Amino acid sequence: MFVAKSIAADHKDLIHDVSYDFHGRRMATCSSDQSVKVWDKGDDGEWHCTASWKTHSGSVWRVTWAHPEFGQVLASCSFDRTAAVWEEIVGESNDKQRGQSHWIKRTTLVDSRTSVTDVKFAPKHMGLMLTTCSADGVVRIYEAPDVMNLSQWSLQHEISCKLSCSCISWNPSSSRAHPPMIAVGSDDSNITYSGKVQIYEYNENTRKYAKAETLMTVTDPVHDITFAPNLGRSFHVLAIATKDVRIFKLIPMRRESANSSGPTKFEVQVMAQFDSHNSQVWRVSWNITSTLLASSGDDGCVRLWKANYMDNWKCTGILRGDGSPVNGSGHAAALSAVGVPVAAQMVVGAASAGRLKHSMLQYFY
Amino acid sequence: MEELQQNLIPGAGFYQKHLGFEWGPGDLIVYETNYKLQGPRSAGSPSVHIVRRDEDICSPILRKLFSESHLIFVGLQKIKEDVPSKNKKSQFVSISKNYRSVIRACMEELQQNAVSTQSGSLASQYGDQVSILLAIELIWNLCEVLFIDAAPAGSLLLQLLDWVRLHKSDVDAKAREVLQSDSPAQHQSYWDVVISLVLQGRTDEARQVLSKQASLRAESSSVFKRMDGLLQTMPIFNPTGTQTLTEFEVKWRHWHEECDRCLQDNTFASNRHLETICKILVGDEDTLLEQKELLSTWYHFLVTRLLFTHPTIKPPDLHYYAQSSMNMFLGPRASPEPLDIILLSAFEFDLHQVIKDCSIALNNWWFVAHLTDLLDHCKLLQSHNLHFGSNLREFLVLEYASGLFTHHSLWQLAVDYFDHCPEFGRVYLELQIERVPLDTERKAIKVLRICEDRQMSEQVRSICKIMAKRALRNNRLGSALSWTIRAKDAAFATLISERFLQDYSNKGSFTDLDLLDNLGPAMLLSDSLTFLGKYREFHRLYGEKRFSEAARLLLSLMTAKIAPRSLWMTLLTDALPLLEQKEVIFSVDQTYELMSCLEELNSGTKHSNLTDQDEDIESTKTELLRLALARNLTMAIVKEGTIET
Repeated sequence: MFVAKSIAADHKDLIHDVSYDFHGRRMATCSSDQSVKVWDKGDDGEWHCTASWKTHSGSVWRVTWAHPEFGQVLASCSFDRTAAVWEEIVGESNDKQRGQSHWIKRTTLVDSRTSVTDVKFAPKHMGLMLTTCSADGVVRIYEAPDVMNLSQWSLQHEISCKLSCSCISWNPSSSRAHPPMIAVGSDDSNITYSGKVQIYEYNENTRKYAKAETLMTVTDPVHDITFAPNLGRSFHVLAIATKDVRIFKLIPMRRESANSSGPTKFEVQVMAQFDSHNSQVWRVSWNITSTLLASSGDDGCVRLWKANYMDNWKCTGILRGDGSPVNGSGHAAALSAVGVPVAAQMVVGAASAGRLKHSMLQYFY
Repeated sequence: MEELQQNLIPGAGFYQKHLGFEWGPGDLIVYETNYKLQGPRSAGSPSVHIVRRDEDICSPILRKLFSESHLIFVGLQKIKEDVPSKNKKSQFVSISKNYRSVIRACMEELQQNAVSTQSGSLASQYGDQVSILLAIELIWNLCEVLFIDAAPAGSLLLQLLDWVRLHKSDVDAKAREVLQSDSPAQHQSYWDVVISLVLQGRTDEARQVLSKQASLRAESSSVFKRMDGLLQTMPIFNPTGTQTLTEFEVKWRHWHEECDRCLQDNTFASNRHLETICKILVGDEDTLLEQKELLSTWYHFLVTRLLFTHPTIKPPDLHYYAQSSMNMFLGPRASPEPLDIILLSAFEFDLHQVIKDCSIALNNWWFVAHLTDLLDHCKLLQSHNLHFGSNLREFLVLEYASGLFTHHSLWQLAVDYFDHCPEFGRVYLELQIERVPLDTERKAIKVLRICEDRQMSEQVRSICKIMAKRALRNNRLGSALSWTIRAKDAAFATLISERFLQDYSNKGSFTDLDLLDNLGPAMLLSDSLTFLGKYREFHRLYGEKRFSEAARLLLSLMTAKIAPRSLWMTLLTDALPLLEQKEVIFSVDQTYELMSCLEELNSGTKHSNLTDQDEDIESTKTELLRLALARNLTMAIVKEGTIET
C-alpha cells in the first residue's frame, strides 16, 4: 500500500523544515543544529548528501528554493534574527567526482529584531523577490534587481502586521486578472486583534501593499498557511493550520469602475473544516496539482484530504510514526496499517475470499 | 466519521511526536520534529522518510495497461460527432470491448506471475491485483451490456447470460475434467457439472454431458430422453431472426408449461437429480436457492432466475428482480459488499451512483476515468456542473492524468489526456509540464516540443531559461546561447555575448564557431549579440582572405555604433594587419573614418584605473595605429590618384 524508505539525515538536532526544489530532484533540510544540508537524487533513485554547512548562529526554522530560472539558490531563516540567501557555485572537477558541491552566502538580511519565522520566494513572474516574516510582526519584501548579482538585495516593502507573524504564503497565480497577493498568519495569543490571518494586496497606483482582508473567524494562533495553485479558477483557495484545518474560498468581488483605487474586496467562505487531528494543526501543504491537501498535527499524524467532484472533502489517508527507533536499513519497508479497516474493501466472487487492499492503479499524488 | 487505517512509518515517532512533511513529485517526505520548539532536544540522529504508494511488483504489467488504454482513449476522442448514432453505438461497443480485452490481458499476465512466483507474499500481491482487475472487468462488462449496448428485452437476457458465463469460468474446467475422466457418469462432480451448465442456460452442453449417463442405464433411458427433449426444445430468443418477441414469449410459455407438467406427472421422480433439473427449468426459486454453492453469486442467481421465469425481461424491470435476488441469495444476516452495491446500482440504471461508488471503493482513477469518458461519449451522463464549471468526466480524467504525470515515463501519456479536457486541461498541463525534470537535453527538447505544439509560450520561455542558466553555470557558453535564443531572452543574450567576448579577449579565439556563424536573424535579439555575430563574421572574412569585405565590416561595426566603445581599441587593433598588407585595403575615405574613430576614442576621458604600465601600452598602441593609418592613407591616395593604364 504505502512504502517508506528512511534516509539518515545526519543532523545533530531537530529538523525543522525540508524543502524539495522545483523539479523534485534536490532537497534541502534545515535544523536546530544551525546547518542546512542539500541532497541530490541520483540516477539510481537514491538520495546523496552533496552539501552540509553551518548557516546561522541559531536554529534554522525554514529553508526554501528559488525557481530554477534564477539558478541554484536557497534561502534560510533563523532564530538568530536573520535570513540568508545562498548560491551554489560550480566547484572543482574533483569535487564533482566526490559528489560534493559548494554553497556560498550571497547576502544576509538583518532587518528583523526578532526571530525570523518564515522565508518564501515570491512567484517567479514577480522577479527575484524574497519575503520574510518575524516574531516582531513585520513582513519584509526584498528584491534583487539584478538577477545575476545575488549579493544586492533591496528592501522594497515593510508590512507591519501588528501581530507576531508565524507564516506567509504568496498566491502563486500569475494571472493578470488580479495583483500580487500575500497571506500572513499569526500565532500571537493577543485577543485585541482577533483575526489571525491577514491578506495583503499590491496596489499598482500607490506601489504599496495594502491590507485587503482579515479573516476574523480565525481567532486561534495560526501555525501555517498556504494558497493552493490557481488552475484557472476565478477565486482563491487558502488552507490554514490552526486549532483545526480550515480551507477558505476567497471570491474577488467585482469592482465598481469608479472606485478602483482600494484593494480588492473578497467574499470569504469556508470550504471545509477538519478537526480530526483533535489538537493543534502545525503544517498544511498542497500537492502540486492542488488535488490533495496534507496536514500535520499534535496527534502526530499526517492526514491527506481530498475533494470529490461535488466538492465534498474527505480524509483519504493517515500517516503516523510507529514509535520505534530508526531502523536505519535504508530499504523501502511496507507500512503496516492499524485501525478499523475501511468498510470499502472489495471481494470478488467466491474464489478469492480475502479482503482486497487498495489498488496499485492509484498513484500517490 | 469512520476512521481510516493509519499507516505506520517505521522509525518515526520515537524521539519526537510531531511529524513534519513536504510534498514531492509522487511521494511525501516525512520527518520527526517538534513544532512547539521547546522540550527535549533530539536524542538520536533524525531521519527523513520518503513515503509513496507501493508500486513495485505489478507496475511493469500495469504500465502496459496504461499505455494500451491510452491508445484506445485517444482513438475514442477522435470519433467524429457527425456520424449517425446507430453506427456510433457499434463503435462504442467495440471500444468498450477493446478496453476489456486490455484489462483481461493484464489480468492474465498477472495471474501467470502469481502462479509462477516462488514467494508467497508476492503471489498474494499479484493475486490481490488480479482480484481488483476481475472486479473492474465485471463491472465494466455489465455497464457495457446495460448502458452502452443498451440491449432491449430479449437480447438483454442473452447478454446477461454471456456476462455471467464469462465470469464463472470454473464450470468449463470442471466439465472438461469430468468428460475426460474414465467414467464420466461416475465422477463425483458429474451432476454438479450438468446442473451448472443448465443454470447457465447452456442446454446443448448439458445434453452432451447427460448423454454419458444415458448410455449406461438402459432401463431409465426414457427418463433421460425426456429430459434431453426438454433441454433440446427450450426456446432461445434469436435477436437477428424473424421471430418477434411476442412470438417467442408464446413459444416459451408452452415449453414452460410442458416442463411444469413433467413435474406434476412426477416424470422424473425416479431420479432426484433430474427432478432438480426440471424444477430449475420451471424456475422454482427454492430449488435455485439450493444451488447457492454452484451459483456462488447473487447476480448469477438473478440471471438464472430470469432465464427460467422471465426471459423477455425489459431493462426498466431489471432492478426489481436484482434487489430481490440479492436479498434472497444473501439472506437476512449477510450485508452486501461494495461490489454488490455497485452492481445493484448498475441494474438500477443509476450511472452516477455506479461511478461514485467505484471511485470510493476502488480508489482507482484509471477505471472510473476511462469508463466515465466512454459513457460520456455515449451521451449517457448529464453533466453535473461543478463549482468551477467542469463536469464529472473531465474531473476524473484530470485526476487520472495528474497521477500519471508524476511517473518518470508515463507522463507523456498524460499530455493527451489533458488535451482532451476542454475546460481545465490546458491549465493543468501548463502547471505540471514545468515540473518535469529536465535531466538531459533530449528530455528538455521533448518537453519543449510539447509546449511549443500547444503555444505554451511562457512554459517554453521558462524551460529554455532554466536550461540556459544551467549551461552558463557549467561554462557551456554555446549551449547557453542557443537556449537563450530559443527563450527569446534579450537580457540574458547580452550577458552571454559579453561572456563570449570576454573569453575571446582572454583566449584570443572564439568557441562554438558553428553556432556563431549560423546565428542568422537570431542575432538581432540583443545588440551585444548582433555585435558578437558580426565580429565573428569579420574574423571569418579575414580568415577567408576576403580583406576588403572584412575591412568594410570592421569599419561599419564602429561607425554604425554596433560595437560597444570599450571594444573599439580591440577593433582598431584588429585593423592593423589589414593596414599592413602589401596592397591597399582601406580606401582614403575609410582611412579618414578610422582616424576619426581613433581620435574620438582618445578624446574621451582617460580611464583612471589604468596602471602606468597599462597607460604606456595604450599610448604605444595609439602611436602604432596612427603610424599605420598615416602610411595607409598615403598609399591609398596614391592608388586612387593613379590612372590605370
